[in-house]
Amino acid sequence: MRRRIAAAFAWLWRYAVAGLILRHSKKRTVRRERELPASTRAETWTAVLLFAAALAGLAFVAIYAFDDANTQLLGLSIAVALALLAAALILAAAHVVPQETLEEPRPPFTHVDGTKTQGGLEFSSRQPYEEAALGLREGGDGVTRRGLLGAAGVAAGVGIGAAALVPLASLGPAVGNRLAASPWKDGVRLVEENGMPVQVDDLAVGSFLTAFAEGADKEELAASLAVVRVRPEELELPADRADWAPEGILAFSKICTHAQCAVSLFRYPLFAERSPGPALVCPCHYSTFNVLDGGERIFGPAVRPLPQLPLRIEDGALVAAGPLSGPVGASWGRVREEG
Amino acid sequence: MRRARGVAGARRARRLAMATLALLLGAFAVAAWAQPPVSRGPAPAASAVDVAAAGSGGAKVATGRELFETGCSSCHGFEGEGVKGQAPSLVGAGEAAADFYLRTGRMPLDQVGEEPLRGEPRYSSAQIEALVAYVGSLGPGPTIPDVDPSKGSVSEGMELFTGSCAGCHGIGGKGGVAIGGYAPPLGEATPTEVGEAVRVGPYVMPRFSERTITPEQLNSIAAYVALTQEPEDAGGFGIGHIGPVPEGLVAWLAALAALLLVARLIGERLGGGDAEDDAEEPR
Repeated sequence: MRRRIAAAFAWLWRYAVAGLILRHSKKRTVRRERELPASTRAETWTAVLLFAAALAGLAFVAIYAFDDANTQLLGLSIAVALALLAAALILAAAHVVPQETLEEPRPPFTHVDGTKTQGGLEFSSRQPYEEAALGLREGGDGVTRRGLLGAAGVAAGVGIGAAALVPLASLGPAVGNRLAASPWKDGVRLVEENGMPVQVDDLAVGSFLTAFAEGADKEELAASLAVVRVRPEELELPADRADWAPEGILAFSKICTHAQCAVSLFRYPLFAERSPGPALVCPCHYSTFNVLDGGERIFGPAVRPLPQLPLRIEDGALVAAGPLSGPVGASWGRVREEG
Repeated sequence: MRRARGVAGARRARRLAMATLALLLGAFAVAAWAQPPVSRGPAPAASAVDVAAAGSGGAKVATGRELFETGCSSCHGFEGEGVKGQAPSLVGAGEAAADFYLRTGRMPLDQVGEEPLRGEPRYSSAQIEALVAYVGSLGPGPTIPDVDPSKGSVSEGMELFTGSCAGCHGIGGKGGVAIGGYAPPLGEATPTEVGEAVRVGPYVMPRFSERTITPEQLNSIAAYVALTQEPEDAGGFGIGHIGPVPEGLVAWLAALAALLLVARLIGERLGGGDAEDDAEEPR
């Protein structure tokens, strides 16, 4: 800590000393050549491009607000705005800003007898005054339509700035209860894709099928389930879920808690002693969920366990015995869709 | 000195570009035709047993038992009861399981504990029948299903395949991974093998009873698998039928390399062959 403060002070000290030396050193004349742009066309074009960039930025805001944030158009408008801004800047640099060639002579050599020479130029005491006058005169030429360009620049800045800031509105409403919303509660029957109720005898040990909540929209994320069957003696469910898997039948949400792909892989070993245990695997990024202990994640990028649905058997058909054990899918996804 | 280098240099660069392109295309060709893992191993000594005269029924079971004792009992036990930590019990495995594993060459296994993979069947067809009869006699289990793809519908098969199989085997039946197991490609699977695997659930594959996938649905699935084995490549070269990855490979390795080469050749022509070196001499 002390060493850093010491280093900072040394740094400052050096700069102070250098500054003092430079202030007190004699001023040297600098030869310049100024090249003014031949016509004002470049300036017009720069202004046009800047206004167009502003329009593109405002188009972004309009698309965001009114076209339901169509991402293709959003990207296009930002690309066009930035491209036009780039074109304006390039044009300005090449043809609008006066091109100056500055030639700086070498510092004076000190001869053995103490006199100084510098390439034939003489030092004059009138220099500072002349330089200031030159600066004032130059301010009037070159960029004759400074106001226009300034306005165009401001417009472009406002347009693109708005495009950059407006997406903050998507930082979401308060989440509330939406994460827990699902059609599952005590008594909801499980049905297959064709609408027929899932019978206990349909499932052999080691098989899996996709089921839905009776009466719910199949497109709703929380409605779909992956139902698997294992041997009851294999189960290792936590104590509060001991009766959630009658006859070894387990039901989990089919939506992966990582990025909401449908979990469609089920591995069930024929010879458990020499194979990995039963698990549901997601095909997108291979998040693996152990089915025996209630959907805990054992591999892959998912963080939360797969939500489990408690089951009971009514007249040989499977029925939910309560809601899912947790929120379905990737939390951000469901809020955004309903957002 | 510079001028001479210009001519020889351009020619050398062209040859180098050609060589690189050829190498890349070669590597790509190798990758495109890469074979999946296959089980290998010596044929069991029991192949000497003459099965031709086995006949049917009890004689087959007896022959099967002989073959079993020599080739299988070291892992599966003399009565097929299994050995703890080595091999499962075959009581109740059924004829379907035995037929599947033997016909696809998955059993006998080279190494205890490794995943059984398709390979050359180690027994003749008659020997397999005998072994199947013996294993079937050990206890009731799934029988060899009668699968007829012509009775199924390919479109229904695709829907069923997508829902139950494509997660691990891929929609094109080219195989995949199931974290802990390798789901093999289905390029060589006969309809009967497809049916057997569905009913048995080998290694870590789930199994589907006749209620979950009815025999008619099985016909459809087999029809779809047959289609994936010989798809109609309407667009031309199928590049392995595994989707956008090989297509990307073709674009990057072949098309891009070719484009670069062509650009180089065009540039050389427009530049007048070996251009004069107007650059300043280094100071």
